Amino acid sequence: MYFWNEVKEGLIIAFRAIRTNKVRSVLTTLGIVIGIVSVTLMATAIEGVNRAFDKSAAAFGPDVMYIEKWPWVSNEDWSTFRNRPDLKVEYADRIERQATLLNAVAPVMNTRRSLKYADKQMEMALITGTTASYISASGNSEIDGRFFSEEEATGGRPVCVIGAVVAENLFPTEDPIGKTIRVAGFPYTVLGVFEKQGGLFGQFTSDTRVFIPIHSFQSNFGGRRYVMVQVRASSMSVLEDAKIEVEGIMRSLRKAQPGMPSDFSINQQELLTQTFGPISLVISAIGLFITSLSLFVGGIGIMNIMFVSVTERTKEIGIRKAIGAKRRTILLQFLVEAAALCLIGGIIGLMFAFPLSLIVDKVLPTAMPISVVFIAIAISLTVGVVSGFLPAYRAAKMDPVEALRYE
Amino acid sequence: MNIIELKNITKVYDMGAAQQVAALQGVDLVIGKNEYVAIMGPSGSGKSTLMNIIGCLDTPTSGQYLFNGVNVSEMDDNNLARIRNKEIGFVFQTFNLLARSDSLHNVELPLIYAGISSTERKERARRTLEHVGLGDRGHHKPNELSGGQRQRVAVARALVTNPSIILADEPTGNLDSRTGEEIMGLFEDLHSQGNTIILVTHEAEIAEHAHRVVRVRDGKVESDDVIPEAKRKRYAVKRAS
Repeated sequence: MYFWNEVKEGLIIAFRAIRTNKVRSVLTTLGIVIGIVSVTLMATAIEGVNRAFDKSAAAFGPDVMYIEKWPWVSNEDWSTFRNRPDLKVEYADRIERQATLLNAVAPVMNTRRSLKYADKQMEMALITGTTASYISASGNSEIDGRFFSEEEATGGRPVCVIGAVVAENLFPTEDPIGKTIRVAGFPYTVLGVFEKQGGLFGQFTSDTRVFIPIHSFQSNFGGRRYVMVQVRASSMSVLEDAKIEVEGIMRSLRKAQPGMPSDFSINQQELLTQTFGPISLVISAIGLFITSLSLFVGGIGIMNIMFVSVTERTKEIGIRKAIGAKRRTILLQFLVEAAALCLIGGIIGLMFAFPLSLIVDKVLPTAMPISVVFIAIAISLTVGVVSGFLPAYRAAKMDPVEALRYE
Repeated sequence: MNIIELKNITKVYDMGAAQQVAALQGVDLVIGKNEYVAIMGPSGSGKSTLMNIIGCLDTPTSGQYLFNGVNVSEMDDNNLARIRNKEIGFVFQTFNLLARSDSLHNVELPLIYAGISSTERKERARRTLEHVGLGDRGHHKPNELSGGQRQRVAVARALVTNPSIILADEPTGNLDSRTGEEIMGLFEDLHSQGNTIILVTHEAEIAEHAHRVVRVRDGKVESDDVIPEAKRKRYAVKRAS
């Protein structure tokens, strides 16, 4: 009760002081406003980067494994991988036959070719040859139309499924399904369009790719190419066991002796998140640190003005002490004033930061996290209390006799 | 019962470089309930230091100060603040009101520090302002009041906590003589209502209102006389009721 009376009195005094020194208060608060705007916008941008990263990583599918000659991430010298034998398309059938924990297995070959439809062209699109299993072997099944069937794939039919960006480029106004596009001159009829995925790792999303049956791919673009086998575990819970199973099957295919290292790599989304997660954390931390410097400068402004305020009001402090204000009361009064200044700055900062975050959202899909709002308010209060403490302490320990004599 | 008992009080100020000024050199003084005492002395006599110690704004270098039988000479800041708040009502020469607050808030202030609830505070502040004849000036700020009215607000602020003593330091020093007389009349009223009043002044005319005059010189009590009733000054004061 007593404490709240003091806080209330402190607030009344604070708002009266802020009103009396309008220009000064506005200028001081501006430092906090700018600080809060930059910190919250930074946090919003970081949120955007993280979302983009998560989305990109999700495009790989959390339960999908990519069996390849090369690892995605490695600290070892590249020459250890260079001499590994290439993977073969047939591995896919062998794995599919032996595995028990897999949902689907699909061989994948890639090349880059130009696309053409009527007068529209697209250079160096990623052409992927695969089997009908691809749709269940990848984490990506949102499709408008349909994927090609087993018969179409094995029969080497000239059909294709295109990514959302390919569709936008070649068919800005038309419905692509049923139309025939030319891939490096070869005609392919569009059966379906993948939904847009977005993300940072462009070529791994379906957006800019054209999927065609693998037999057609081999006959039109050549069979001696880098092959990877994409497999998907039947559920997340068996992912680890599935990985062990796939590794065993691959080793027997490769006739690897026990104790020998495997001469292939099993890549997963997890590898990327494990590798880039810490990097993005460090970048976030540095970004927040740099922007929080501006908040620090704002805090120094508050401290400066509070020192001025304390000196100006020496007489008032003397009066209050003479009629019974304790040290703690005076300390609280000035802390409340500094905190109120900062809190106002923080709230104004948020009011500016929110529309600005909507602009950021246009460039980098994001949203100001709700937690940022509360953290920003907590931080501005903390800045107020911390930067108000020294001036308030000076006021609190003033000798009442000296203070009363001050003119 | 004695309210104030000073026993061999000294106060030495360190002026740096091993220089010391002895403002009080062994003061003994006893003031009882419902006394009206004037402390007189020329400037530099130590009367301000004595007032600060009596008012618990400062602590003595040595000696014992009993306030209502409690030793306050060794109290810490917080306890001194509590005594100042509850037991002492200050009236200053320069009024020392908070310039930005209206009369009611100025009078209410000691009650805030005493932790009294808002409704009771407002009621007591209003009643006390009425008591000093300013019932209609509650929402005026100090700069909207005359000197005499400001001093009345200050007296109301001193009275509002029902303190054991009212300690007035040159209360008429910044007022013209007519207004000064009115304030002295107010003190006479307060004394007749049972308040204990200590008046610090260098003006003999003002001191003559008191019932007892303590003269201080060179940090010591020079004389301590009771003024016979016949010699006391009295003013008939008209107050708004």
